[in-house]
Amino acid sequence: MAPPANRRSGFSRRAQYTTFFSYTAGVLGAVLGLGLLAISLTNHDAFGPFRTIAADVTEPAAEAGAKTRVAGKGLVATVSGFFRTGTQQARLQRELDEAKSRLVQAQAIETENRRLKALLGLRDDNPGPVTYARLTASTGGSTRRFATLGAGRDRGVVKGMPVRSATGLVGRVLEVGASTSRVLLITDTESLVPVRRARDGVPAFAQGHGDGTIRIRLVNLGINPLRKGDVMATSGSGGLYRPGTPIAVVTELLRDGAIARVISNPSDTDYVLVEKAWALAEPPPLSSEPQAK
Amino acid sequence: MALLPRFGTPASAPRINRAPSSLVAHGLPWVTIVLGSMLPSWLMIASAPVLPPLGFLIFIAWRQLRPGLLPIWAGLPLGMADDLFSGQPFGSAVLLWSVAAIVLELIEARLPWRNFLTEWLVAIGLIVAYVALCLGIANLGGGSAPVRVVLPQIIISMLFYPLSGRFVAAMDRLRLKPIVVLR
Repeated sequence: MAPPANRRSGFSRRAQYTTFFSYTAGVLGAVLGLGLLAISLTNHDAFGPFRTIAADVTEPAAEAGAKTRVAGKGLVATVSGFFRTGTQQARLQRELDEAKSRLVQAQAIETENRRLKALLGLRDDNPGPVTYARLTASTGGSTRRFATLGAGRDRGVVKGMPVRSATGLVGRVLEVGASTSRVLLITDTESLVPVRRARDGVPAFAQGHGDGTIRIRLVNLGINPLRKGDVMATSGSGGLYRPGTPIAVVTELLRDGAIARVISNPSDTDYVLVEKAWALAEPPPLSSEPQAK
Repeated sequence: MALLPRFGTPASAPRINRAPSSLVAHGLPWVTIVLGSMLPSWLMIASAPVLPPLGFLIFIAWRQLRPGLLPIWAGLPLGMADDLFSGQPFGSAVLLWSVAAIVLELIEARLPWRNFLTEWLVAIGLIVAYVALCLGIANLGGGSAPVRVVLPQIIISMLFYPLSGRFVAAMDRLRLKPIVVLR
């Protein structure tokens, strides 16, 4: 196919000027884009309000999309479940028996914990979730991992609140709009969560790896104590994330850490909980003034 | 399907007493591109960049199918809309779409004859450059993702481009459907 003939300006002054000005406008657009980019790179929050307004406006469509997504997943699960009912039933029965005895143990431990905490004078302040909502959208085409949450200022969401699902940590709130908020998922490369091994408390950092897995970086270097299958949970260092929320399972060992799989895959979760940002209690004041020499 | 032309009666041919609506004819490309920018974010809560930058693909497809329809500066408003939903630092699509439009214009002026393969190759070049530069800009803005993360996205986008071209062609027929009654 040959290009349309009307794009050749020929000797017409008018056509030449039109071509010239359209190119100029294109270059101006690129220059303006460079300027906007420079502003947003130096000040990350500069265009946040526009983003939240756009998310608020498109929320109904995103919410409908989220519902369709969940329904589709449910349909697939129903059909595949039909074929696996028998073996699944047997396995679940076995697991349930096991879980029942574990539950009794856990209740005993919880009672003991409460008693010991009371002895130490610690109080267990878990105020419960702020709200629950759906993750309605995410940045599937970008290397950054942001998601949009279907709850904003209207339901008491504040910047910095951790977001979790029933199974594990999902991320934290970055920007809050009127009825939506923007969540930085834990799989983003900028997200850094202080974690510890759930079993014995080996401290580490969990950083997003960019491809949906998580990179565990140990705080203490030396012999790598991690093993495949270790569960990492938040440690609560630095505040923000409540300690003890499971986040990832180690799948591959590296020299100075590990690659871990996220426990709570946000694409599988229907609703997520928004929790209050966890703040460390102030250390008790020193009993006496430091002695002046 | 209604969008496919029936034999002997192309859908864009004016029927008696009907003409295409100028609002649809000029507005539809913009609407499809903005919807293309929004759609990948709604499809799934992705944990890796796997979805093609649909807005950009449709933008290139419109420019290749109808070179003069979208002005060269269309990257400015459309890129702004894309930046609101893409997760990139604001301004990245404004810059890259504007540059892509200019590059496409220059290539088209130098390639007198075009066919499916050359258009696809040109689009592949633009897509690879776009995804790689998006990665670079996102990393400047705080991320630290390695290049291997975007390889699946590049391949998916390259293979997806002809499909978005078909979609744009169908939209182009819809665009010129005679729906306004002449008096």
